[in-house]
Amino acid sequence: MSSPAKAMASRVADIVGAANFTDDPRELATYVVDGVQPNAAARPGTAAEVAELVKLATAEKLAVIPMGARTKLGLGMPPARYDLAIDMTRLDKVISYDPGDLTVSVEAGIPLAKLAATLAEHKQFLPLAVPFYERATIGGTLASGVDSPLRQAYGTARDFVLGMEFVTGDGAPAKSGGRVVKNVSGYDLHKLMLGAIGSLGVMTRVNFKTFPLPAQTRAWLAGFSRAEDAFLFALNVRKSALAPQTVEVFDQQGMEILSLGLSLAQSEWSVAISAAGNERVVERSAGELEAMARGANAAAFDALDGAATSTLMTAIREFPALAAKKFTDSVIAKVTTLPTHMAETVQSLRNIAAERGLAFATIARGVGVICFALLPAERDATVMTRLAQCAKEILDATEKNHNRSTIWCSPLELKREINVWGEASGDLGLMQRVKQAFDPHNILAPGRFVGGL
Amino acid sequence: MERHLLNELERFLGKDAVLSQPEDLLLYEYDGSVEIARPQCIVFPRTADDVARIVRLANRYKVPIVGRGAGTGLSGGALAREGGVIVSFARMNQILEIDAENQRAVVQPGVVNSDLNAAVASAGLHFAPDPSSQKACTIGGNVSENAGGPHTLAYGVTTNHILGLEMVMPTGELARIGGKAVDAPGYDLCGLFVGSEGTLALVTEVTVRLARLPEAVKTLLAIYDRVDGATETVVEITARGITPAACEMLDGWTLRAVEAWVHAGFPLDSAAVLLIEVDGMREAVEQHAKDISEVCTMHGAREVRVARDAAERDLLWKGRKNAFGAVGRLSPTYYVQDGVIPRTKLPQTLREIERIGKENGFVIGNIFHAGDGNLHPIILFDARDAKQFERAVSTADAIIRFCIEMGGTITGEHGVGMEKDRLMPLLFSEVDLALMRRVRDAFNPAGLLNPGKIFPTGKGCGEVRIRPMPQRGAGNSALASGRDFA
Repeated sequence: MSSPAKAMASRVADIVGAANFTDDPRELATYVVDGVQPNAAARPGTAAEVAELVKLATAEKLAVIPMGARTKLGLGMPPARYDLAIDMTRLDKVISYDPGDLTVSVEAGIPLAKLAATLAEHKQFLPLAVPFYERATIGGTLASGVDSPLRQAYGTARDFVLGMEFVTGDGAPAKSGGRVVKNVSGYDLHKLMLGAIGSLGVMTRVNFKTFPLPAQTRAWLAGFSRAEDAFLFALNVRKSALAPQTVEVFDQQGMEILSLGLSLAQSEWSVAISAAGNERVVERSAGELEAMARGANAAAFDALDGAATSTLMTAIREFPALAAKKFTDSVIAKVTTLPTHMAETVQSLRNIAAERGLAFATIARGVGVICFALLPAERDATVMTRLAQCAKEILDATEKNHNRSTIWCSPLELKREINVWGEASGDLGLMQRVKQAFDPHNILAPGRFVGGL
Repeated sequence: MERHLLNELERFLGKDAVLSQPEDLLLYEYDGSVEIARPQCIVFPRTADDVARIVRLANRYKVPIVGRGAGTGLSGGALAREGGVIVSFARMNQILEIDAENQRAVVQPGVVNSDLNAAVASAGLHFAPDPSSQKACTIGGNVSENAGGPHTLAYGVTTNHILGLEMVMPTGELARIGGKAVDAPGYDLCGLFVGSEGTLALVTEVTVRLARLPEAVKTLLAIYDRVDGATETVVEITARGITPAACEMLDGWTLRAVEAWVHAGFPLDSAAVLLIEVDGMREAVEQHAKDISEVCTMHGAREVRVARDAAERDLLWKGRKNAFGAVGRLSPTYYVQDGVIPRTKLPQTLREIERIGKENGFVIGNIFHAGDGNLHPIILFDARDAKQFERAVSTADAIIRFCIEMGGTITGEHGVGMEKDRLMPLLFSEVDLALMRRVRDAFNPAGLLNPGKIFPTGKGCGEVRIRPMPQRGAGNSALASGRDFA
């Protein structure tokens, strides 16, 4: 290491303490983002330390990437520069919890599972059923913008994050929103931080609205031989008087990835529905769902017991993680469309994969979010070329049916050939202005986000 | 105003789309707040292109521009604080698309909230935000102010229902963000622009999410002899994890004022009533209604009435939604606050508001969204007495300061506008405000779009301008009809 770098390292260590600093290459290997290894990693213990670190980075023009449990670092494009990893996992506390108000305020590095345990003591929860759940942190979950099957009933994080504290690219500790459930004071800057993969600021504290845990949750699986029937059933369930918590459609390969260990009849297409509430709500849902499924030509209809429901819900939550684990070079695309266009969109995605002879699996949320995984059985140059071609085609087929596509996960080589965010859209100019206001020196995760931001 | 600018506006919009006579300007100098500010002209574009041309002209002449829907806002958001051109969206009032299958609608900003609701009701859908002014207020105004309403307790406020916007930027270019499908890649610009109080862009088209109308609705009226009983009920309903569709409270003074006018059936001798609505699946509604009744009784409700039919339900809601008109009959002026507190702090906060009122010699009525802790204390005063006005403002500030002490905020749904800008430093640090200013300047660099809003201007409260009140009985319809408390 050069002597200026050494001097820098000692200043970083001064801020967080030697025990929470590393420039040991072996340790730094665990902080690699898309092949780029930083020169140092720091684990701040307070929001003030985070601000100090970013201030130092601003002064020295160091590029920083904030991170939590490092479960989704493959999101986005490779960083243009990357000097310092800010590991947020020591900021892992519940700051305040007012169960009677159904609000909670936490440090950004708190693991989802730890927060869930606190909330469960008061029969409450956050509807963030996201992949890598057992390890993921609040900050990483929000920054990555991953969604949850529960969004059918509860919406996404933007609907229940009440306020936030964060450090902007000039090292200033700022905040927006508040701790109460209704608030229109000032701009909702915290919404910009969601899904921004750390390119606008480092979240240090997040305030949430919490929700009561339902008395009972049950799931049902309906099997179909035709995609049209499965998607129509999903659409009709969402339009009915029932209040489903999740509505997910998957193909046979998707079902296999879920490897449920549930002895269910295999169908070409399956629709998983869950409902929650009192016994009568669940009972009525069971009856009406079965009638609707049969009316939509379902070949099979299974009611799951409590344990099977929870197995299925966990598997659905983890789908992208399971696919990536089973097929190391898998490419996973997130394609959004209108609910009425899902059958058609899924069919065209499957055609793209089939034409290149690639295996695939699909899981589609009723709200119009399709997770489409390309699953290469082996790794060679031909396969990589085909993967790249498929990914390109998926990204290009966006304008039709209001579709928007991004590649959520892919082997690093592919990112040299494609932009995982797809073609920049017309609002990129507005996004650049936001980036400039938050991170004027372009030191926060530079180059990783949409349009090279 | 420069005659040249007026001429140019008239030339491309037509003479009937530009107002500049003094008697016209008078009608646009107020909104639903206590503020006044007179514009120099009002224009009525019909297309986004018209709006863009207006903005470019205003830029050329360096004149402020302020967007305006129906002018029902409660914080001065649609007032031309520094003069200039008011862009009224009254003629951009078309519903462009209703996509019932996907539960979406695309509308122009001037569409009236209840007109959209009427248009989608036959498909079993509704646009959930329901400010009390919904018979007049527009979707564009709802978007700018991130409007709330009684039923946002369960359904969420406007920002939770907006998927896409077409906007004319302050520099005159047209921009589109979001769309009919969810999760557009990139920053959540819709999340930023909704609720930006007309300071970042003029919205020319809105894509909204529609919600299914519930299959069952039950409306309960719980009647109390003690205010504490009502507030404690709300605390317990929340703590039990029951989320009603709406949970509104009227204290004794307010319900008597309302009853005298609306005859909704509120008992005159009670100290407070709760108007609670549950909706959803029949089975859930029945259980929630039963649980809520139990909680009400446990906390001393002397009676819990359930509306027997739609007519009874409508009457109860008429009492709630017309409350402000009723108050207007009793006092020459009133000042409504919009603070929010954690629901667990309701009982002590209501007691403190009463104490502050007594200390300052004011009657303070309370009618508010109890379920989400969004208070609307109404301070009655006479604006013709300058001392009284000053005291009313300082009383309001004392209430807001208490809300902040409780962990709350200065505005839950009315917006900051030109009324609460001076309170912003109580919530936000210089650093927070500087970042918000940088964001504003990033889009509104010349500061011509809706200047003097949200950010503290450094003016003391003594400089808050207030609408001069006519003598009673002079028929100031502006006050009676223009102010609907959300």
